[in-house]
Amino acid sequence: MLLIEDLQVKIGNKKVLKRVNLEIRSGETHILFGPNGSGKTSLLMTIMGYPQYKVTGGKITFKGEDITYMTIDERARLGIGMSYQRPPSIQGLKTRRMVQICANNGVDVDSLAKEINFSDFLDRDINVGFSGGEIKRSELLQLMAQKPDFLLFDEPESGVDVENISLIGKTINRLLERDVHATRDKSKKQLTKERARMGLIITHTGFILDYLTADKGQVLYNGALACMGNPIEIFKQIKEVGYGECVRCVA
Amino acid sequence: MRSLDDMAHEAKDKKAAIGPDIDLDTYSLESAMHADVKNLKTIPEEDIERMTLTGLDVSEEGRAGTYLQKDATAVHSGSNIDGLEIIPIKKALAELDWVRDYYWKLASVDTDKYTARVRLDLQDGYVIRVLPGKKVTLPAQACLYLEKEGFNQNVHNLIIAEEGSELHIISGCASASHVTRGLHAGVSEFYVKKNAKLSFTMIHHWAEDVVVRPRSVAIVEKGGLFLSNYISMKPVKSIQMYPTIYLVGKGAVARSYSLLVGSPGSELDVGGRIYLQAKETRAEIISRAITNGGNIMSRGDIIGEVSGVRGHLECHGLILNGGIMQAIPELKGLVDGVELSHEAAVGKIAQDEILYLMSRGLTEEEATATIVRGFLSVDIPGLPAPLKAEIDQAVELSQKDVM
Ligand SMILES: Nc1ncnc2c1ncn2[C@@H]1O[C@H](COP(=O)(O)OP(=O)(O)OP(=O)(O)O)[C@@H](O)[C@H]1O
Ligand SMILES: [Mg+2]
Repeated sequence: MLLIEDLQVKIGNKKVLKRVNLEIRSGETHILFGPNGSGKTSLLMTIMGYPQYKVTGGKITFKGEDITYMTIDERARLGIGMSYQRPPSIQGLKTRRMVQICANNGVDVDSLAKEINFSDFLDRDINVGFSGGEIKRSELLQLMAQKPDFLLFDEPESGVDVENISLIGKTINRLLERDVHATRDKSKKQLTKERARMGLIITHTGFILDYLTADKGQVLYNGALACMGNPIEIFKQIKEVGYGECVRCVA
Repeated sequence: MRSLDDMAHEAKDKKAAIGPDIDLDTYSLESAMHADVKNLKTIPEEDIERMTLTGLDVSEEGRAGTYLQKDATAVHSGSNIDGLEIIPIKKALAELDWVRDYYWKLASVDTDKYTARVRLDLQDGYVIRVLPGKKVTLPAQACLYLEKEGFNQNVHNLIIAEEGSELHIISGCASASHVTRGLHAGVSEFYVKKNAKLSFTMIHHWAEDVVVRPRSVAIVEKGGLFLSNYISMKPVKSIQMYPTIYLVGKGAVARSYSLLVGSPGSELDVGGRIYLQAKETRAEIISRAITNGGNIMSRGDIIGEVSGVRGHLECHGLILNGGIMQAIPELKGLVDGVELSHEAAVGKIAQDEILYLMSRGLTEEEATATIVRGFLSVDIPGLPAPLKAEIDQAVELSQKDVM
């Protein structure tokens, strides 16, 4: 469903991604690890289509379409959505209105906000003066309204307090349709097979792994992806030997 | 002592302190007399449309009263509520003694040629007074309408909120759709007495070659609140105004909000000046201006004369499609212990905000419009819902021009 081939990306004169290859199949969720400054945010922003991330080589394909040079809004309409590490604030734009924009109107903002414990913020300007943890919930609320097919999460749990972290974890799990339970008509296996929602989640803390079982994990290091594998195993390795060793031992 | 008329004669050619000078003689002072309008709904549809844009509701439902002036003639005037008086000023000057206690008591006839003109060639204007203790929650409406091409309209308004009263006024100024050129000069004097609350929301909707010179002065007594809102988002040749508010009683509060859009060929020089002259007085001047190819000068001046007073000034400007934006905030503290601050910013729409909205599915144009709308939607505390709705509507309509 998402195919990245030999992607090279520059910001200004700085090469941030050297050679990235990645395939996320329909229904899969991947976890992205990597040290500070390794280019994780850059990869997500490039997938979303931010123009300051200049693609100098390679190709991104989504739902069979070459999206490498599509505008951001075209990608959004194609079903890509992102929860940002540091979103901008917009004066005078109420959070309530922003959520409606995400849903293209016709959404019950109040009940959606209740789910993510964000009702008190709906009449505030979007992101203006929001704390770090509040921004995460605001971003999540927007994605809940937008319902993209492919969700990019940039550190969705960093800076979030212990009570809200489980709320965020469970909500992401649900958004990615990973909280499947067998029904009368369909087995859990069947439902999992039918799942289309895809995800790519950046994490440093690994807390998110307590709430969802991701399909794969990998480490972004020196501008390329390495050591694809079980995310929990990779995270364990990183904690034990650090990113460099982790990448080396697999390579 | 020189009479006011003598002073006005002497000031006949006196240029205004700021703003482009206007040759008054190129405008006509002769207008056709307009007949009384008993029922506002009988006004021609195309005029109603223009008046509605400035907040006039011809049904008068939800309005406490109406004053309507076409060119030089007061064509409709009356209050629907006991304790609220709405009278054409010429009639008031002829029939009511007390009006003299307010007429030209705050504004000076020799300020400049425009005040002199209003003194010497007064056509009409409104006196709106709310009696002591009377709280009128429905807005009263006024509209000054320019119907004759090339006409010079001179009006004088008196607004008096007696002790403990409450009044909200929406005052619109518009020109008929066929009018391209004109001059509007207006003197307004506001009296907000002890513990009274007055809000005044003025919406302008002129034409490309119309020149506008309002001259306003307000005085707010002990515990009084004066809320002054000004909205001009349509093309106009030149507006220059610098209304002044004196807070003379303990705890008096003034807040001034302006929302401006400058189109190509428009020159807006709009400010507000507030004197904090008594203990515990507070002032706030907030402006949001967008230039879309026009020339905007956004001024503000707060003068603190007593210890412990507080004032804040905020000019935010956005350059959208060229044009010039100047923010000129001034603060003066004349004694120890005044707390005055200002915040001014001039810039363009932040690209990261546009991209953020695009990633939520909006096109670039929709994203820009959304940000502009947000920029212009300031929360104005203390304004009744119908007036908020009028302001929202003006902002909504301006979107089409801005984009
Ligand atoms: N506008 C910019 N100009 C120059 N360099 C930039 C710019 N933006 C990002 N970079 C650099 O690109 C590199 C990758 O940044 P990126 O934000 O993708 O890292 P990251 O892996 O998300 O890091 P973190 O874990 O700290 O969030 C960093 O070295 C960063 O300093
Ligand atoms: Mg990052």
